[in-house]
Amino acid sequence: MHIFFHFGRYFILIRRTFAKPEKASIYWQRILDEIISLGIGSLGIVAIVSVFLGAVITIQSAFNFENPLIPVYAIGVAVRDSIILEFAPLVISLILAGKVGSSIASEIGTMRVTEQIDALEIMGINSAGYLIAPKIIGSMLFNPVLIVFSMFFGIIGGYVFGLLAGVVTSHDYIYGITYDFRPYNVVYALIKSVVFAFIIASVPAYNGYFTKGGALEVGRSSTKGVVYCIVVILAFDLILTQLLLV
Amino acid sequence: MIIGESGSGKTTLLKCMVGLNEIDAGEVLFNGRNFYEMDFKGKKEIRKEIGMLFQGGALFDSQTVEENVVFPISMFTDLSTSEKKDRANFCLQRVNLENANNLYPSELSGGMKKRVAIARAIAVQPKYLFCDEPNSGLDPKTSIVIDNLIKEITEEYNITTVVITHDMNSVIEIGDNIMFIYKGEKWWEGSKSEILKTDNKEVCDFVYATKFMRDLKTKF
Repeated sequence: MHIFFHFGRYFILIRRTFAKPEKASIYWQRILDEIISLGIGSLGIVAIVSVFLGAVITIQSAFNFENPLIPVYAIGVAVRDSIILEFAPLVISLILAGKVGSSIASEIGTMRVTEQIDALEIMGINSAGYLIAPKIIGSMLFNPVLIVFSMFFGIIGGYVFGLLAGVVTSHDYIYGITYDFRPYNVVYALIKSVVFAFIIASVPAYNGYFTKGGALEVGRSSTKGVVYCIVVILAFDLILTQLLLV
Repeated sequence: MIIGESGSGKTTLLKCMVGLNEIDAGEVLFNGRNFYEMDFKGKKEIRKEIGMLFQGGALFDSQTVEENVVFPISMFTDLSTSEKKDRANFCLQRVNLENANNLYPSELSGGMKKRVAIARAIAVQPKYLFCDEPNSGLDPKTSIVIDNLIKEITEEYNITTVVITHDMNSVIEIGDNIMFIYKGEKWWEGSKSEILKTDNKEVCDFVYATKFMRDLKTKF
Protein backbone atom coordinates (compact mmCIF):
# COMPACT_ATOMS: atom_id res chain seq x y z
CA MET A 1 0.00 0.00 0.00
CA HIS A 2 2.90 2.29 0.83
CA ILE A 3 4.11 2.31 -2.77
CA PHE A 4 0.62 3.21 -4.06
CA PHE A 5 0.50 6.13 -1.63
CA HIS A 6 3.77 7.48 -3.06
CA PHE A 7 2.63 6.88 -6.65
CA GLY A 8 -0.61 8.74 -6.01
CA ARG A 9 1.05 11.62 -4.22
CA TYR A 10 3.73 11.85 -6.93
CA PHE A 11 1.16 12.14 -9.72
CA ILE A 12 -0.90 14.69 -7.77
CA LEU A 13 2.28 16.74 -7.30
CA ILE A 14 3.09 16.50 -11.02
CA ARG A 15 -0.44 17.66 -11.88
CA ARG A 16 -0.02 20.67 -9.55
CA THR A 17 3.44 21.30 -11.01
CA PHE A 18 2.02 21.84 -14.47
CA ALA A 19 -0.97 23.94 -13.43
CA LYS A 20 -1.30 27.36 -15.12
CA PRO A 21 1.51 29.60 -13.83
CA GLU A 22 0.77 32.84 -11.93
CA LYS A 23 3.07 34.90 -14.13
CA ALA A 24 4.62 33.26 -17.19
CA SER A 25 7.47 35.79 -17.53
CA ILE A 26 8.86 34.89 -14.10
CA TYR A 27 8.65 31.18 -14.92
CA TRP A 28 10.61 31.66 -18.17
CA GLN A 29 13.34 33.42 -16.25
CA ARG A 30 13.40 30.55 -13.76
CA ILE A 31 13.70 27.99 -16.58
CA LEU A 32 16.72 29.85 -17.94
CA ASP A 33 18.26 29.95 -14.44
CA GLU A 34 17.71 26.21 -14.04
CA ILE A 35 19.27 25.48 -17.45
CA ILE A 36 22.33 27.41 -16.37
CA SER A 37 22.60 25.89 -12.90
CA LEU A 38 21.56 22.29 -13.64
CA GLY A 39 22.58 21.94 -17.30
CA ILE A 40 25.54 24.16 -18.08
CA GLY A 41 26.95 23.46 -14.62
CA SER A 42 27.12 19.77 -15.55
CA LEU A 43 29.06 20.17 -18.81
CA GLY A 44 32.44 19.65 -17.12
CA ILE A 45 31.62 16.38 -15.37
CA VAL A 46 29.83 15.06 -18.47
CA ALA A 47 32.87 15.82 -20.65
CA ILE A 48 35.32 14.16 -18.24
CA VAL A 49 33.19 11.03 -17.72
CA SER A 50 32.48 10.68 -21.44
CA VAL A 51 36.12 10.92 -22.50
CA PHE A 52 37.11 8.21 -20.04
CA LEU A 53 34.11 6.03 -20.94
CA GLY A 54 35.05 6.25 -24.63
CA ALA A 55 38.67 5.43 -23.82
CA VAL A 56 37.81 2.40 -21.68
CA ILE A 57 35.30 1.02 -24.22
CA THR A 58 37.93 1.33 -26.98
CA ILE A 59 40.61 -0.49 -25.00
CA GLN A 60 38.20 -3.19 -23.74
CA SER A 61 36.82 -3.73 -27.24
CA ALA A 62 40.34 -4.11 -28.61
CA PHE A 63 41.10 -6.61 -25.84
CA ASN A 64 38.00 -8.67 -26.72
CA PHE A 65 38.41 -8.44 -30.51
CA GLU A 66 41.73 -10.28 -30.69
CA ASN A 67 40.31 -12.82 -33.13
CA PRO A 68 41.89 -12.12 -36.54
CA LEU A 69 38.50 -12.77 -38.20
CA ILE A 70 37.07 -9.64 -36.56
CA PRO A 71 38.20 -6.51 -38.42
CA VAL A 72 39.94 -3.79 -36.38
CA TYR A 73 37.36 -1.20 -37.46
CA ALA A 74 34.81 -3.19 -35.36
CA ILE A 75 36.36 -1.38 -32.40
CA GLY A 76 35.01 1.89 -33.82
CA VAL A 77 31.60 0.31 -34.42
CA ALA A 78 31.49 -1.05 -30.86
CA VAL A 79 32.50 2.29 -29.34
CA ARG A 80 29.96 4.23 -31.42
CA ASP A 81 27.05 1.91 -30.71
CA SER A 82 27.88 1.43 -27.02
CA ILE A 83 28.16 5.16 -26.47
CA ILE A 84 25.15 6.23 -28.53
CA LEU A 85 22.78 3.47 -27.50
CA GLU A 86 23.59 3.07 -23.83
CA PHE A 87 26.53 4.83 -22.23
CA ALA A 88 25.73 8.41 -23.16
CA PRO A 89 22.01 8.36 -22.32
CA LEU A 90 22.11 5.95 -19.38
CA VAL A 91 25.43 6.42 -17.62
CA ILE A 92 25.37 10.19 -17.98
CA SER A 93 21.77 10.27 -16.74
CA LEU A 94 22.77 8.15 -13.72
CA ILE A 95 25.62 10.55 -12.99
CA LEU A 96 23.24 13.51 -13.37
CA ALA A 97 20.77 11.74 -11.07
CA GLY A 98 23.48 11.87 -8.41
CA LYS A 99 24.68 15.39 -9.11
CA VAL A 100 21.50 17.20 -10.13
CA GLY A 101 19.06 14.96 -8.25
CA SER A 102 20.71 15.43 -4.87
CA SER A 103 20.94 19.16 -5.49
CA ILE A 104 17.21 19.40 -6.34
CA ALA A 105 16.09 17.24 -3.39
CA SER A 106 18.24 19.09 -0.86
CA GLU A 107 17.31 22.54 -2.22
CA ILE A 108 13.57 21.86 -2.12
CA GLY A 109 13.85 19.90 1.14
CA THR A 110 15.66 22.80 2.82
CA MET A 111 12.99 25.18 1.54
CA ARG A 112 10.35 22.90 3.05
CA VAL A 113 11.91 22.62 6.53
CA THR A 114 12.70 26.34 6.69
CA GLU A 115 9.07 27.17 5.78
CA GLN A 116 10.03 28.88 2.51
CA ILE A 117 7.53 26.66 0.66
CA ASP A 118 4.84 27.63 3.19
CA ALA A 119 5.74 31.27 2.56
CA LEU A 120 5.13 30.76 -1.18
CA GLU A 121 1.78 29.06 -0.49
CA ILE A 122 0.72 31.89 1.84
CA MET A 123 1.44 34.38 -0.94
CA GLY A 124 -1.04 32.46 -3.12
CA ILE A 125 1.72 31.01 -5.32
CA ASN A 126 1.55 27.41 -6.52
CA SER A 127 4.81 26.33 -4.87
CA ALA A 128 5.03 23.08 -6.85
CA GLY A 129 4.69 24.96 -10.13
CA TYR A 130 7.08 27.72 -9.14
CA LEU A 131 9.80 25.43 -7.77
CA ILE A 132 9.53 22.17 -9.68
CA ALA A 133 8.20 23.01 -13.17
CA PRO A 134 11.23 25.13 -14.19
CA LYS A 135 13.58 22.36 -13.03
CA ILE A 136 11.73 19.68 -15.02
CA ILE A 137 11.40 21.83 -18.15
CA GLY A 138 14.99 23.11 -17.90
CA SER A 139 16.27 19.58 -17.45
CA MET A 140 14.19 18.20 -20.35
CA LEU A 141 15.42 20.98 -22.63
CA PHE A 142 19.08 20.68 -21.75
CA ASN A 143 19.57 16.95 -21.05
CA PRO A 144 19.47 16.04 -24.77
CA VAL A 145 22.18 18.66 -25.36
CA LEU A 146 24.28 17.07 -22.61
CA ILE A 147 23.77 13.62 -24.10
CA VAL A 148 24.86 14.74 -27.60
CA PHE A 149 27.83 16.46 -25.96
CA SER A 150 28.59 13.19 -24.16
CA MET A 151 28.38 11.18 -27.40
CA PHE A 152 30.82 13.55 -29.05
CA PHE A 153 33.31 13.48 -26.18
CA GLY A 154 32.98 9.70 -25.74
CA ILE A 155 33.84 9.04 -29.37
CA ILE A 156 36.69 11.58 -29.28
CA GLY A 157 37.99 10.00 -26.04
CA GLY A 158 37.92 6.57 -27.67
CA TYR A 159 39.79 7.90 -30.68
CA VAL A 160 42.53 9.69 -28.72
CA PHE A 161 43.14 6.92 -26.18
CA GLY A 162 42.82 4.20 -28.87
CA LEU A 163 45.63 5.86 -30.81
CA LEU A 164 47.71 6.51 -27.70
CA ALA A 165 47.34 2.87 -26.60
CA GLY A 166 48.11 1.70 -30.12
CA VAL A 167 45.05 -0.59 -30.31
CA VAL A 168 43.49 1.00 -33.39
CA THR A 169 44.60 3.19 -36.26
CA SER A 170 43.00 6.51 -37.07
CA HIS A 171 41.70 5.13 -40.39
CA ASP A 172 40.13 1.99 -38.83
CA TYR A 173 38.50 3.96 -36.01
CA ILE A 174 36.96 6.58 -38.29
CA TYR A 175 35.83 3.89 -40.75
CA GLY A 176 34.30 1.98 -37.82
CA ILE A 177 32.34 4.90 -36.37
CA THR A 178 30.85 5.71 -39.77
CA TYR A 179 30.21 2.09 -40.83
CA ASP A 180 26.51 1.24 -41.14
CA PHE A 181 25.54 4.27 -39.07
CA ARG A 182 21.83 4.43 -38.21
CA PRO A 183 20.56 7.92 -37.36
CA TYR A 184 17.59 6.32 -35.58
CA ASN A 185 19.99 5.23 -32.81
CA VAL A 186 20.62 8.91 -32.00
CA VAL A 187 16.87 9.59 -32.03
CA TYR A 188 16.39 6.64 -29.65
CA ALA A 189 19.08 8.02 -27.34
CA LEU A 190 17.53 11.49 -27.39
CA ILE A 191 14.06 10.12 -26.57
CA LYS A 192 15.60 8.28 -23.62
CA SER A 193 17.46 11.40 -22.51
CA VAL A 194 14.21 13.44 -22.41
CA VAL A 195 12.40 10.76 -20.38
CA PHE A 196 15.37 10.40 -18.03
CA ALA A 197 15.54 14.19 -17.63
CA PHE A 198 11.93 14.21 -16.45
CA ILE A 199 12.75 11.49 -13.90
CA ILE A 200 16.00 13.19 -12.79
CA ALA A 201 14.14 16.40 -11.96
CA SER A 202 10.77 15.12 -10.75
CA VAL A 203 11.63 12.17 -8.48
CA PRO A 204 14.14 14.04 -6.25
CA ALA A 205 11.83 17.08 -6.31
CA TYR A 206 9.04 14.86 -4.95
CA ASN A 207 11.29 13.61 -2.16
CA GLY A 208 12.44 17.10 -1.31
CA TYR A 209 8.95 18.61 -1.47
CA PHE A 210 7.54 16.22 1.12
CA THR A 211 10.47 16.40 3.54
CA LYS A 212 9.43 16.63 7.17
CA GLY A 213 11.68 17.50 10.07
CA GLY A 214 15.09 19.16 9.96
CA ALA A 215 18.57 18.97 8.47
CA LEU A 216 18.87 15.22 9.02
CA GLU A 217 15.67 14.55 7.08
CA VAL A 218 16.83 16.83 4.25
CA GLY A 219 19.91 14.60 3.90
CA ARG A 220 17.74 11.47 3.97
CA SER A 221 15.37 12.91 1.36
CA SER A 222 18.31 13.72 -0.85
CA THR A 223 19.68 10.18 -0.59
CA LYS A 224 16.23 8.63 -1.12
CA GLY A 225 15.61 10.94 -4.08
CA VAL A 226 18.82 9.82 -5.80
CA VAL A 227 18.27 6.11 -5.09
CA TYR A 228 14.64 6.11 -6.32
CA CYS A 229 15.67 8.18 -9.30
CA ILE A 230 18.35 5.65 -10.30
CA VAL A 231 15.94 2.72 -9.92
CA VAL A 232 13.25 4.46 -11.99
CA ILE A 233 15.78 5.41 -14.69
CA LEU A 234 16.97 1.79 -14.94
CA ALA A 235 13.38 0.55 -15.17
CA PHE A 236 12.54 3.07 -17.89
CA ASP A 237 15.76 2.21 -19.74
CA LEU A 238 14.50 -1.34 -20.06
CA ILE A 239 10.96 -0.28 -20.99
CA LEU A 240 12.11 2.23 -23.63
CA THR A 241 14.61 -0.19 -25.10
CA GLN A 242 11.87 -2.78 -25.45
CA LEU A 243 9.48 -0.23 -26.96
CA LEU A 244 11.85 1.59 -29.30
CA LEU A 245 14.40 -1.00 -30.40
CA VAL A 246 12.69 -4.38 -30.46
CA MET B 1 -3.05 37.19 20.36
CA ILE B 2 -2.93 33.45 20.78
CA ILE B 3 -0.86 32.29 23.72
CA GLY B 4 -0.11 28.96 25.31
CA GLU B 5 2.61 26.55 26.33
CA SER B 6 4.93 24.95 23.81
CA GLY B 7 3.15 22.05 22.13
CA SER B 8 -0.31 23.32 23.03
CA GLY B 9 -1.29 23.68 19.35
CA LYS B 10 -0.80 27.41 18.67
CA THR B 11 1.16 27.01 15.45
CA THR B 12 -1.16 24.22 14.26
CA LEU B 13 -4.13 26.54 14.83
CA LEU B 14 -2.40 29.35 12.94
CA LYS B 15 -1.54 27.03 10.03
CA CYS B 16 -5.19 25.92 9.93
CA MET B 17 -6.27 29.56 9.87
CA VAL B 18 -4.09 30.37 6.86
CA GLY B 19 -4.81 27.11 5.06
CA LEU B 20 -1.43 25.45 5.41
CA ASN B 21 -2.93 22.56 7.42
CA GLU B 22 -6.17 20.80 6.57
CA ILE B 23 -8.84 21.05 9.26
CA ASP B 24 -10.76 18.05 10.65
CA ALA B 25 -13.77 20.08 11.81
CA GLY B 26 -14.97 23.68 12.08
CA GLU B 27 -14.74 26.66 9.76
CA VAL B 28 -12.21 29.37 8.94
CA LEU B 29 -14.01 32.55 7.93
CA PHE B 30 -12.46 35.60 6.27
CA ASN B 31 -15.12 38.33 6.30
CA GLY B 32 -17.80 35.63 6.32
CA ARG B 33 -16.14 33.69 3.49
CA ASN B 34 -15.41 30.07 4.45
CA PHE B 35 -11.84 29.42 3.37
CA TYR B 36 -12.10 25.64 3.29
CA GLU B 37 -15.22 25.64 1.09
CA MET B 38 -13.56 27.73 -1.59
CA ASP B 39 -12.11 26.44 -4.83
CA PHE B 40 -8.42 26.91 -5.66
CA LYS B 41 -9.03 30.31 -7.28
CA GLY B 42 -11.02 31.61 -4.30
CA LYS B 43 -8.33 30.44 -1.87
CA LYS B 44 -5.73 32.14 -3.99
CA GLU B 45 -7.62 35.43 -3.83
CA ILE B 46 -7.84 35.18 -0.02
CA ARG B 47 -4.16 34.35 0.23
CA LYS B 48 -3.32 37.54 -1.63
CA GLU B 49 -4.92 39.35 1.31
CA ILE B 50 -2.77 37.49 3.83
CA GLY B 51 0.70 38.40 5.03
CA MET B 52 2.56 36.01 7.27
CA LEU B 53 5.59 36.34 9.46
CA PHE B 54 7.10 32.90 10.03
CA GLN B 55 9.01 31.88 13.14
CA GLY B 56 12.33 31.67 11.28
CA GLY B 57 11.52 34.44 8.82
CA ALA B 58 11.23 31.99 5.87
CA LEU B 59 13.17 34.35 3.61
CA PHE B 60 14.23 32.93 0.26
CA ASP B 61 17.92 32.02 0.71
CA SER B 62 18.82 32.48 -2.93
CA GLN B 63 17.48 36.04 -3.07
CA THR B 64 18.80 39.28 -1.61
CA VAL B 65 16.80 41.31 0.89
CA GLU B 66 15.46 43.54 -1.88
CA GLU B 67 14.59 40.58 -4.12
CA ASN B 68 12.73 38.95 -1.21
CA VAL B 69 10.56 42.05 -0.77
CA VAL B 70 10.13 42.60 -4.52
CA PHE B 71 9.09 38.96 -5.04
CA PRO B 72 5.40 39.16 -4.02
CA ILE B 73 5.10 42.54 -5.79
CA SER B 74 6.43 40.99 -9.02
CA MET B 75 4.10 38.02 -8.76
CA PHE B 76 0.89 39.97 -8.25
CA THR B 77 1.31 43.41 -9.77
CA ASP B 78 2.25 44.81 -13.14
CA LEU B 79 4.41 47.61 -11.74
CA SER B 80 7.56 48.59 -13.60
CA THR B 81 10.95 47.55 -12.25
CA SER B 82 11.61 50.99 -10.75
CA GLU B 83 8.14 51.13 -9.16
CA LYS B 84 8.68 47.69 -7.62
CA LYS B 85 12.05 48.81 -6.25
CA ASP B 86 10.50 51.98 -4.85
CA ARG B 87 7.78 49.97 -3.11
CA ALA B 88 10.37 47.53 -1.70
CA ASN B 89 12.55 50.40 -0.46
CA PHE B 90 9.52 52.04 1.14
CA CYS B 91 8.68 48.79 2.99
CA LEU B 92 12.29 48.29 4.05
CA GLN B 93 12.47 51.88 5.32
CA ARG B 94 9.22 51.31 7.19
CA VAL B 95 10.86 48.46 9.15
CA ASN B 96 13.99 50.59 9.66
CA LEU B 97 16.17 48.52 7.35
CA GLU B 98 18.01 50.83 5.02
CA ASN B 99 21.25 49.86 3.26
CA ALA B 100 20.58 46.14 3.56
CA ASN B 101 19.07 45.70 0.07
CA ASN B 102 21.93 43.69 -1.35
CA LEU B 103 22.54 41.42 1.61
CA TYR B 104 21.51 37.76 1.56
CA PRO B 105 19.45 36.23 4.41
CA SER B 106 22.53 34.31 5.63
CA GLU B 107 24.23 37.67 6.27
CA LEU B 108 21.41 39.00 8.47
CA SER B 109 20.87 38.80 12.23
CA GLY B 110 17.71 37.20 13.64
CA GLY B 111 16.07 40.60 14.22
CA MET B 112 16.95 41.81 10.72
CA LYS B 113 15.46 38.64 9.19
CA LYS B 114 12.21 39.26 11.07
CA ARG B 115 12.14 42.86 9.85
CA VAL B 116 12.71 41.80 6.23
CA ALA B 117 9.93 39.21 6.66
CA ILE B 118 7.61 41.96 7.93
CA ALA B 119 8.58 44.18 4.98
CA ARG B 120 7.83 41.29 2.59
CA ALA B 121 4.52 40.59 4.32
CA ILE B 122 3.33 44.19 3.98
CA ALA B 123 4.69 44.68 0.46
CA VAL B 124 1.37 43.85 -1.19
CA GLN B 125 -0.72 45.62 1.48
CA PRO B 126 -2.43 42.63 3.11
CA LYS B 127 -5.70 42.83 5.04
CA TYR B 128 -4.61 40.17 7.51
CA LEU B 129 -1.21 39.65 9.11
CA PHE B 130 -0.38 36.38 10.87
CA CYS B 131 2.73 36.22 13.03
CA ASP B 132 4.11 32.93 14.32
CA GLU B 133 6.20 33.66 17.42
CA PRO B 134 7.65 36.86 16.00
CA ASN B 135 10.20 37.32 18.77
CA SER B 136 11.40 33.77 19.33
CA GLY B 137 15.18 33.64 19.43
CA LEU B 138 15.54 37.40 19.80
CA ASP B 139 17.06 39.38 22.66
CA PRO B 140 14.58 41.33 24.85
CA LYS B 141 15.43 44.70 23.26
CA THR B 142 15.01 43.45 19.69
CA SER B 143 11.84 41.62 20.74
CA ILE B 144 10.30 44.92 21.85
CA VAL B 145 11.35 46.56 18.55
CA ILE B 146 9.63 43.77 16.58
CA ASP B 147 6.54 43.84 18.83
CA ASN B 148 6.18 47.60 18.44
CA LEU B 149 6.71 47.36 14.71
CA ILE B 150 3.88 44.83 14.42
CA LYS B 151 1.63 47.05 16.51
CA GLU B 152 2.47 50.19 14.50
CA ILE B 153 1.91 48.42 11.17
CA THR B 154 -1.40 46.98 12.38
CA GLU B 155 -2.67 50.45 13.29
CA GLU B 156 -1.11 52.26 10.33
CA TYR B 157 -2.47 49.90 7.65
CA ASN B 158 -5.68 49.13 9.56
CA ILE B 159 -5.13 45.37 9.25
CA THR B 160 -6.21 42.45 11.41
CA THR B 161 -3.17 40.90 13.04
CA VAL B 162 -3.00 37.53 14.75
CA VAL B 163 0.13 36.96 16.83
CA ILE B 164 1.15 33.65 18.34
CA THR B 165 3.51 33.81 21.26
CA HIS B 166 4.42 32.34 24.61
CA ASP B 167 6.23 35.51 25.61
CA MET B 168 4.28 37.39 28.30
CA ASN B 169 6.30 40.55 27.61
CA SER B 170 4.77 40.61 24.13
CA VAL B 171 1.31 40.08 25.56
CA ILE B 172 1.75 43.06 27.86
CA GLU B 173 3.38 45.19 25.13
CA ILE B 174 0.98 44.65 22.24
CA GLY B 175 -1.81 42.34 23.47
CA ASP B 176 -5.35 43.37 22.66
CA ASN B 177 -7.68 40.37 22.48
CA ILE B 178 -5.99 37.35 23.98
CA MET B 179 -6.83 33.69 23.60
CA PHE B 180 -5.17 31.01 25.74
CA ILE B 181 -4.77 27.55 24.20
CA TYR B 182 -4.32 24.57 26.49
CA LYS B 183 -3.79 20.99 25.28
CA GLY B 184 -5.14 21.82 21.84
CA GLU B 185 -8.29 23.59 23.04
CA LYS B 186 -9.37 27.17 23.53
CA TRP B 187 -9.19 27.49 27.31
CA TRP B 188 -9.66 31.16 27.99
CA GLU B 189 -10.31 34.41 26.10
CA GLY B 190 -10.23 38.02 27.23
CA SER B 191 -8.39 41.33 27.22
CA LYS B 192 -4.92 42.20 28.49
CA SER B 193 -6.26 43.61 31.77
CA GLU B 194 -8.51 40.58 32.25
CA ILE B 195 -5.70 38.06 31.79
CA LEU B 196 -3.75 39.68 34.63
CA LYS B 197 -6.75 39.34 36.94
CA THR B 198 -8.10 35.94 35.97
CA ASP B 199 -8.21 33.13 38.51
CA ASN B 200 -8.19 30.37 35.88
CA LYS B 201 -5.52 28.00 37.21
CA GLU B 202 -3.97 26.99 33.86
CA VAL B 203 -3.86 30.60 32.65
CA CYS B 204 -2.33 31.77 35.95
CA ASP B 205 0.27 28.97 35.83
CA PHE B 206 1.25 30.22 32.39
CA VAL B 207 1.06 33.97 32.96
CA TYR B 208 2.84 33.92 36.33
CA ALA B 209 5.42 31.28 35.46
CA THR B 210 8.29 33.78 35.82
CA LYS B 211 9.41 35.47 39.03
CA PHE B 212 9.17 38.82 37.27
CA MET B 213 5.46 38.33 36.59
CA ARG B 214 4.81 37.03 40.10
CA ASP B 215 6.55 40.10 41.54
CA LEU B 216 4.49 42.31 39.23
CA LYS B 217 1.31 40.68 40.48
CA THR B 218 2.32 41.20 44.11
CA LYS B 219 3.23 44.82 43.43
CA PHE B 220 -0.06 45.71 41.77
